[in-house]
Amino acid sequence: MAAPRPERVAGEAPPVEVRNLTMAYDSFVVMEGLSFQVWRGEIFVIMGGSGSGKSTLLKTLIGLEKPAHGQILFDGEDFGAADGKARKRMLRRMGVLYQNGALWSGLTLAENVALPIEEFTSLDEESIADVVSLKLALVGLRGFESFYPATLSGGMRKRAALARALALDPEVLFFDEPSSGLDPVSASRLDDLILQLRASFGTTIVVVSHDLASIDKIADRALFLDIKRKTMTALGSPDDLRENPPSEEVRRFLHRSCEGVP
Amino acid sequence: MVALRVDTHVFGRAGRCPTFGNGKGGQVCADRVRGNESGTVRHSADAGGGRDPVTGEAGAAPVRVTLRQEHHRLTVVLAGEWALERATPRFNRLVDDRPRDGEVHAVCFETAGLGAWDSSLLTFLLQGIDYCEAHDLEFNEEGLPVDVARLLTLARAVPEQDLAGEEGRISPVARLGRTGLSAYRGFLASVTFAGEVVDSSARLLRRRARFRWRDFWVVVQSNSSGALPIVTLIAFLVGVIIAFLGAVLLRRFGAGYYVSFLVGYGMLREMGALMTGIIMAGRTGAAFAAELGSMKITEEIDALRTLGISPIDHLVLPRMLGLFAMMPLLTIYAAFVGIFGGMIVAVALLDLSPTQFVGGLLTAVTLSDGLLGLFKGTVFGLIVGLAGCMKGMQTGSDAGAVGRAATSAVVLGITLIIAANAVVDWLAALMEV
Repeated sequence: MAAPRPERVAGEAPPVEVRNLTMAYDSFVVMEGLSFQVWRGEIFVIMGGSGSGKSTLLKTLIGLEKPAHGQILFDGEDFGAADGKARKRMLRRMGVLYQNGALWSGLTLAENVALPIEEFTSLDEESIADVVSLKLALVGLRGFESFYPATLSGGMRKRAALARALALDPEVLFFDEPSSGLDPVSASRLDDLILQLRASFGTTIVVVSHDLASIDKIADRALFLDIKRKTMTALGSPDDLRENPPSEEVRRFLHRSCEGVP
Repeated sequence: MVALRVDTHVFGRAGRCPTFGNGKGGQVCADRVRGNESGTVRHSADAGGGRDPVTGEAGAAPVRVTLRQEHHRLTVVLAGEWALERATPRFNRLVDDRPRDGEVHAVCFETAGLGAWDSSLLTFLLQGIDYCEAHDLEFNEEGLPVDVARLLTLARAVPEQDLAGEEGRISPVARLGRTGLSAYRGFLASVTFAGEVVDSSARLLRRRARFRWRDFWVVVQSNSSGALPIVTLIAFLVGVIIAFLGAVLLRRFGAGYYVSFLVGYGMLREMGALMTGIIMAGRTGAAFAAELGSMKITEEIDALRTLGISPIDHLVLPRMLGLFAMMPLLTIYAAFVGIFGGMIVAVALLDLSPTQFVGGLLTAVTLSDGLLGLFKGTVFGLIVGLAGCMKGMQTGSDAGAVGRAATSAVVLGITLIIAANAVVDWLAALMEV
C-alpha cells in the first residue's frame, strides 16, 4: 500500500484505547494486562493462536462481554462506565462484522441494512431505501436487496453483513476473522474492501485474524496474544515483528512454523 | 528347565470357536494347543483358513501374535495383515494369559512377518505402552517399523496447552454446593429476565421503545389460524371425556341431567384454559425458544446488542404480546368446543336434548366462571411466552443447545401453568368466585 501509515495524532484521544484489561470467565483468566491504543485511520490486527482469546477480546471491546478488570475507552470516553444513552451513542459510532455475518435470517438484505438506519435516524422510507442500495452497491451486491441471507454464498453473506456494519457510517469497524470460511479469492476480495474503506472513509479498523496472508496485506500494526503467558507479547507492524520477533511464539506465528513446538 | 517359551495367537476369523475371555475387543478366537518341542512351550490360538471375516475373501494373512520369553525379555512377534475390521487381540489379555515363566522386565518386538497394518496395530501397541507403564516394564520399540514408531510418538505427545478448567474428582458436597449455586444463578437469571420484560413493556407504553409490528402479526397469525385445528381437536376430546366421566358416575344416582353442570364448569373454569395453555407451551413456547436460540447461536442477537437495540424490545416483546393477545380468544374458543363435545355425549348417551343440556348449563354456570377461565388463559399465555423466550435467550452455544432450550421451555411452561392454575383456583376459592 502506498498510503502513509497512520500515526498517533498528538493531543487527540485515540479512537480505541484499552487500559490494563483482564478478561476472565468466572475464575478462569483468559488474558490479563492488555494495554494498547488504536490510532485514527489505522488497520489494527489482533492476532494469536486458536483459543488465545482473540474473539473474547473483540467481544469485550464491543461490549458483549464485561471485562473482569480494566478500561476500554472510545475517543477517551469510558465505555464500561457509559450507561443508557451514552452507551447507545458510542455503539452507534461502531460497526461490527461477525465471523459468520450474523445477518438477521428473517429479514431480506435490504431490511437487514435498513434496520440500524431505522433505529437511529428519522429518515423517511424512500431515503432509507436509497442509503440501503448505496451500501449494498459498495460491497458489490447491487440488486440483491430482496434476497434472504440463506440464499447467498458465504462470501456474499459476509459482504452483505459488511454493508449492514457500514449502514451508519461507523468511525470504528470491528471484524471477527474476516477470512474464515472464505476461499482465497473471496478472502482477498474482502481484504481489498477493507483497505478501500479505510482509504475512502478514513475508518479506523480493528481486525481479529490468524490468517497471515490477510494480516500482511492489511495490517498497519498487529497485536499478538500469547496463550501461554496469557497476555500480549508483541505490538508493531507485521514486517518489524517478523524481523525482530520479541518472542519465540511470535516468530513461529509469523513464519508459520511449528519448529521447536513441544 | 524351559529356556524358551513361545505362545502363538492367531486372530481375525469369526466363527466356530468359542469366544476367548469375555469377548470384549471383538471376537477373539483362541484354541489352546500346547505342545513341547525341544524345550519350547507353544501357546497358540488358531481358527483355520485365511478367510476375511467381513468379506469372506480368502487370502489375507491372519493376524498372528507370538510371545516368546527369553529370561527377562518378552518378545512379541507380530505377523499377518492387521486391519480394523478384523478381530484384533488385546495386549493385556494376551500377556496376562500366557503361561508364566519367571519375571519380565522388558517388552520388545519383531515384525519380520508383518504385512499391511492400520490403526488396529497402533491401538494394540498403545495398549502395550499403557501396560508397560502400569507394570513398570521397559517398552522397547526398536523392533517396530519406523512409521509405526513415529505414529506412536505422535500419539503419545503431550498436549501443548493445559486443558482449561480441568479438575480432578470433586466431592459430593462440593457437587451439591455447585448444583445449588447454579440453581440460584438460574433463578436470578429468570427474575432478571422477567424484570427486563416488564421494563421493556413500560418503555413501550411510554412510547420509548420501537415495536416490531411484523413479528407481532406473525405470532398472532401462528396462534390464531395456525393453532385452531389442534386446539379444536384437543378441547373437543376433553369435553367428551368430562361428559363420559360424568355420565357414568351421575347416571348411577339418576342425576344424568347434571352432566351439563360438570361439562360447563369443567371447560369454562379449568380445562379450556389449562388445555390451551399446555398446547401453546408445546407449540408456541418451543417455537419461541428454538427461534431465539438459533438466533443466539448465529450471533444475530449479538448483532442487535452491538447496535444498541435491546433484543427484549425487538424480539421478545412482539412474541409475548402476540401470544398475550391471542390466548384469551383461544381459551374461550376451547371452552365452547369442549362444551359442544360434552353435549354430543350427553345427547347420545343420556337421552338429553340439546335444549335441556344448554338449559342445565345456563342455570349452573355464571359469567364469573367464564371470566375466571379467561383470566387463567391470559396468565398462561404470559407464562408460555416468558418461559419460551427466556429459554431461547439463555441458549448455550453447542449443537444440542437449541434442542435443549426448546425442551426446557416446554417443561418449564407446563410446570408453571399447572402451578399457576392451582394458585388461581385457591385464590378463587378464597374469594368465592
